[in-house]
Amino acid sequence: MAEEKKPWWHSTYDAFDTFLRVPGTVTRKGAHVRDGIDLKRVMIMVVVALVPAALFGMYNVGLQTSTVYGLEWGFWQMFFYGLLRMLPLFVVSYAVGLAIEFASAQIRDEEVNEGYLVTGFLIPLIVPVDVPLWMLALAVAFSVLFVKEVFGGTGMNIWNPALVARAFLFFSYPSSMSGSSVWVSKTWVPALKDVDAISAATPLAIAHDGAFDAATGAVGQYSFMDMVWGFIPGSTGETSVIAILLGGILLVWSGVASWKIMVSSVAGGLLVGWLGQLAGATAVPCYYQLVMGGFLFGSIFMATDPVTAAQTETGKWIYGFLVGALAVVVRLWNPGYMEGMMLAILLMNTFAPLIDHCVVSVHTSRRAKKAVNA
Amino acid sequence: MSNNLALKKGLDVPIKGAAKPEVIKTVSPDIVAVKPTDIHGLVPRLLVKEGDAVKAGSPVMADKQRPEILLTSPVSGTVQQIVRGEKRKLLAVLVKADAKQDYVDFGAKAPASAAETKDLLLKSGLWVSLIQRPYGVMASPELTPKAIFVSSFSTAPLAADSEFVLANALKDIQAGIDALAKFAPVHVSVRKGSCFAQVKNATLHEVSGPHPAGNVGVQISHIAPIQKGETVWTISLLLLAALGHVVNTGKLELTRKVAVTGPKAEKTGYVECLPGTPVKDITSVAEGVRVVGGDALSGECLGADGFIGLFDNQLTLLKEGVEREWFGWAKVFRPSVFSSSWCYFSWLTPKKKYNMDTNLHGGPRAFVETKCFEDVTPMDIFPIYLIKACLAGDIEKMEKFGIYEVLPEDLALCDFVDPSKNEIQAIIQKGIDLMIKEMA
Repeated sequence: MAEEKKPWWHSTYDAFDTFLRVPGTVTRKGAHVRDGIDLKRVMIMVVVALVPAALFGMYNVGLQTSTVYGLEWGFWQMFFYGLLRMLPLFVVSYAVGLAIEFASAQIRDEEVNEGYLVTGFLIPLIVPVDVPLWMLALAVAFSVLFVKEVFGGTGMNIWNPALVARAFLFFSYPSSMSGSSVWVSKTWVPALKDVDAISAATPLAIAHDGAFDAATGAVGQYSFMDMVWGFIPGSTGETSVIAILLGGILLVWSGVASWKIMVSSVAGGLLVGWLGQLAGATAVPCYYQLVMGGFLFGSIFMATDPVTAAQTETGKWIYGFLVGALAVVVRLWNPGYMEGMMLAILLMNTFAPLIDHCVVSVHTSRRAKKAVNA
Repeated sequence: MSNNLALKKGLDVPIKGAAKPEVIKTVSPDIVAVKPTDIHGLVPRLLVKEGDAVKAGSPVMADKQRPEILLTSPVSGTVQQIVRGEKRKLLAVLVKADAKQDYVDFGAKAPASAAETKDLLLKSGLWVSLIQRPYGVMASPELTPKAIFVSSFSTAPLAADSEFVLANALKDIQAGIDALAKFAPVHVSVRKGSCFAQVKNATLHEVSGPHPAGNVGVQISHIAPIQKGETVWTISLLLLAALGHVVNTGKLELTRKVAVTGPKAEKTGYVECLPGTPVKDITSVAEGVRVVGGDALSGECLGADGFIGLFDNQLTLLKEGVEREWFGWAKVFRPSVFSSSWCYFSWLTPKKKYNMDTNLHGGPRAFVETKCFEDVTPMDIFPIYLIKACLAGDIEKMEKFGIYEVLPEDLALCDFVDPSKNEIQAIIQKGIDLMIKEMA
């Protein structure tokens, strides 16, 4: 049967078509029956896991604005302000990213991959809420094009695309990405139009400057429980430990993300945090490292990306441990930059294949030895 | 028993349509096909022409390179048609069966030496039932294997219950083992409490666990992994019994109980018939139903007008899953579709059997989730590395990652569970074919 010539937009059509209905493709080779799981389901599980952190983040956006500028908003006002403020970020992230995904799929003559469903949701959650939309668009475009598509799309990339988008912004536009005045949204509030930005440092920055009260356990004006609940300034998704853990439970439950990476990353962070405390690099107890900044969000949602993480089970322990350990090393022994999670994960993404190579080499040489002895 | 092997990894695919343990009919087919395509590594040369009379056990074709290897007719009758495909490739020899069966007499005598066993196997046409590993090809008569492995049970989806099929053939099985033991030590793996644990002259291994625990390849990799330069043979229990029958009676009698299974089987149960019997004589096949010779994971599409193969004692009937399901992947609950992944809720109903069809349930993608492969591969290998080495055609890596130990069927579950819908078995077969070509 002659192959029907497909129109130039068929990848796009297929993407929407298969989004609504499971394709009627039947097995041709190999197993005649197949499991119901597909990548769409896997990816949507991650998005669902991110929802608690996203919802809480939206509320917290309003809460921070209201608190810092003394606006006395109610709960729903806070939430809807955050929702409204976040929506354009999601729209830009998905529009730019998916446009490039669709075009690339068309060029490669493949089906559109689902990976961006997750990346597009992650990016707005890991940047300051007031980041200009054109910057976000540029970062998304850079990351999808040069980190994913040039390598061949989802499944082929070396680095986590969402994190590279963040790294792109961080190094290209540092004034919009760091410092103490970017974390609390004031755009879109008419009353604050002519008010100067009030600086609101994140607990991580406060701790970095040494303002830790050992008696009350508070970092600046934020108590430990504030940080656990997430009533602190920071990137939208990263603040609430509880919301992140809810997502983490779903990820581990469904088996989409590796609990080994999560556990070992936390262990690495705790160990280095404790050593730092002993060495006098910080006064903050080691477990504070988990609740400040993006550590937990990174450990649970970013480091566990199955494509860019280590793929062997032993490798996952090593990889996760080094992610957590390096992140806290950067936090404690680096005068310039107080958050190490992003760079730690990107660095370990780079080394994940090497870790796997070592694990597999040890395994194969053990097999070879067993053969000689047999 | 000292050799216990408890495997944890794997998956029993919960598919509906297990065969009830009863013989629902006995078929004496009008036409029987001898298919050289059943045998990996056989290049057939025809020995008969249309109109020739054959007995059960008469040679029909031989291997081109090693003419002593014969393929014999399972039935006595007249050669009716030689079926050829593209480039005149020999596909089958159709034999019209006689009303009364006439057997070649191979002499009912237990072979006294390896040479006598070899002679008997070659003459009776049962040599082709010996599968050589690595690579899973027809055994080479020049080589002596390190060991011979037999799995007395299958864990494949809906597989025929060997205890039901062969419970009365214990004497034949013992004779077969005794004959093969002249070549090399024989290992037989059994399930706990199996009647086959009575066999003598073989090392017994008690194996438990989900599929693929019954695969002989998985068992070998735990009992004595195959290394470079080593050769082992395997034989199915069914053909081992046939060999024993030749030893005991001198007659080649391949009649077997074939399990008719699957969600689309009108009546499940066992049908007594010969290999090469037309599918339509065994079971009726409705429109839009796929007939698989063997199990649903590694079997071969036979087609409604096909013939059951030499190695098969199972037919699986599956609906062609061409219908499209609205919002399939997005449904919170999807009770009609099984998934071993905890992204769905099949784990809530562990006893439920599913009306599986041949739908792929998704589109092909690059590898993303790979731990699922390790969870269903109870062998000391990294499946994803082996798969990637096969894709890359890297001989050295394939060797290192264990290509000698696997056949596609051992990784069939990887096909099943992969969310990216890669054709793992086809990739492994391609790797094996490359090894055969390069290492020859």
